[in-house]
Amino acid sequence: MAGAAGVLLLGFGWEGYKAAAPDDGLVLGGVRVLPRTTDAAMPHLWDLAASAGEPVSSAAGAPPLWLVTLRGAGSSLVLATAGWVCGVLVGLLLAVVMARLARARAVLLPWVVLSQVVPLIAVAPLVARPDSADGQPWVPVVAIASYLAFFPVSIGALRGFTAPDDDRGGLYVDLFRSFGVGWWSGFWRLRLPASVPYLLPALRLAAANAVAGTIVAEVYTGLPGGLGRLIVDFGASAAADPARQWSPLLGAILVGLATTLVLAGAATGLRRYRPGEAR
Amino acid sequence: MTAVVVSGAGRVFDGGSGAGTVALTDVDLTVGEGELVSLIGPSGCGKSTLLRLIADLDAPTSGSVAVFGKTAERARKDQDYGIAFQQAGLLPWRSVRANVELPMQLRGAGGLSGRAERAARSAELLALVGLTDFADHRPHQLSGGMQQRVAIARALARSPRLLLMDEPFGALDEMTRERLQDELLRIRAATGAAVVFVTHSIAEAVYLSDRVVVMSPRPGRVVATLDVPLGGPADRVARGIGLREDPAYFERVSAVREVLHSGDAASDRVSS
Repeated sequence: MAGAAGVLLLGFGWEGYKAAAPDDGLVLGGVRVLPRTTDAAMPHLWDLAASAGEPVSSAAGAPPLWLVTLRGAGSSLVLATAGWVCGVLVGLLLAVVMARLARARAVLLPWVVLSQVVPLIAVAPLVARPDSADGQPWVPVVAIASYLAFFPVSIGALRGFTAPDDDRGGLYVDLFRSFGVGWWSGFWRLRLPASVPYLLPALRLAAANAVAGTIVAEVYTGLPGGLGRLIVDFGASAAADPARQWSPLLGAILVGLATTLVLAGAATGLRRYRPGEAR
Repeated sequence: MTAVVVSGAGRVFDGGSGAGTVALTDVDLTVGEGELVSLIGPSGCGKSTLLRLIADLDAPTSGSVAVFGKTAERARKDQDYGIAFQQAGLLPWRSVRANVELPMQLRGAGGLSGRAERAARSAELLALVGLTDFADHRPHQLSGGMQQRVAIARALARSPRLLLMDEPFGALDEMTRERLQDELLRIRAATGAAVVFVTHSIAEAVYLSDRVVVMSPRPGRVVATLDVPLGGPADRVARGIGLREDPAYFERVSAVREVLHSGDAASDRVSS
C-alpha cells in the first residue's frame, strides 16, 4: 500500500514539476540548479508509457520496448546475482581470516578499504579489455560486480564476527573459553549467529553495489543483452526518441526491487538472530 | 582430593609504564571436594580476578593454580568446572533448553553426543532449577532470576565437581536472591559439587558457605578465612528461614563484617 502510494506520489511530483517549472529549468550564476523540463529532458509519463509499447526498431517482428527492457533487466539480474554471490563469498572469507588472525586483520584491512578508493572507471579497463576476444564476455562484468559487492560484506561480517569480544565485557567469549573448545566451535555457535544483525545490512549494500557494478560494467564492455547495453543503444538515439532512455532506468529499479525482496525474505527467516526483532 | 589449590598466586596487570597494577598478591587458597567457599571483599580486592585464575580465563603472573590436581588450563579443557557470571549470558537465539544443552553439544566426545541423551539431561537440569515449563521459551521471555537459573543449569550441564560463580545473584532483587540462595544449597546437596562463590554480600556469604575468605584491595590479598559451622547444605535447606534468624548465623555475619572493616582500615593506611 505505502509502496504504491509512493510510486503515485513520484508520478505526481514528476508531472507537477514539469508543469510548474520553466522549460529551461533554473539557472543561477551560470549554474543550472533545477533541471530543464523540456520534453527531451523530462518526457510526459504517458509518452513513456506509449514508448514502452512501441517496437524497438522498424524491422519486421521487432519486440516492443517493454519486453526488451524486461529481458535486459533479467540478463542484468542474473549477472548481478552471480557477482553478488562471488563478492559475498570473498567478503566472508576475508572476514573470517581477519576475525581469526589479528595480524591478518592489520595487514588486510587497509587494503580492503583502499580497494574501494580506486574509482570503478579505473578498474574496469584492467579487468575488461574490449579488444580481447578470449574468455566469456560476461566474466569481466561479474568480476566488477563482485569487486563492488565484497567490500560491505567483509567489513560488516568482520564487525559481526568480532562483536562478541565487546558484548557485555567479553562475557560470551569467556563462557566459550570455559567450555574448553577451539576457535571454530566458537565461530559456528557464537560468532556466526551473533553476526546476523551486522550481516543483513551488509548483504543489502552488496546487492545494491552488485547491480550498479553490473550495469556500469555492461556500459563499459558493451556486453549485449543487459541494461547497460540498452543505455548505450538508446542514448545514441536519444534525439529521436527521448522517452526510450528512461526505460533501462526503470529496468534497473526492477532489478533493485527483486534483490531487495529476496533479501527481505532472508531477513524474515533469520529474525530470531536479530535482537529487538526477536519473538 | 582437593578441588582447588592456589599457592602464592599473584596477578599484575601491565600499566604500560613500568610499574603495573597489582590486582592480586601472594594468595593461598584451598577448596576441598564438595566444599563451598565464598570470596568476599570490597571492589578492587581481586576476588573476581582470583576466580578467573581458577577458571583459566586469566593466568597468574606468579604462583600456581591447580584444579583437581591438574593445571587450570587442563581442567578447563576437560570441562572440569561449570561457571556462572553476574549476567546470565544466555544466547538470545536459542531456546532455554538449547542454551542448557550448549556445553553438551560442544563436546561430543564426553558421552553426550546423542540428541536423546542431551534432551534427557537438559530435562533433568531444568527440573532441578524448576524451569521445566519454560524449556521452549526464549531467554528474553524470562525474568532476570529465571535467566540466572538457566545459566546455573547450563553450568551444571556436564556434571562438574566444581562450580565457579562470580556474583551470580548480584543483579537480582532481595526476594529472588534469597530464593536462589536456597536453590543453590539444594543443588549443592544434590550434586555434591564444590563451589567457589564470589559475592559482596556478607549475609549471602555466611548463609551459603562452609568457609568465607575475606579479601582486601590495594593490593588484592586474602586477609582472613572464617569457618561457618552452620551445618551441611542439606541441613541448611531443611532449616530454611529459621537459619537466617539463628543467633549463630548472626554471630558469623558480625565476625565477617568486623574482619572486612578492619581490612578496610588496613588498606586505607597502606594507600595514604
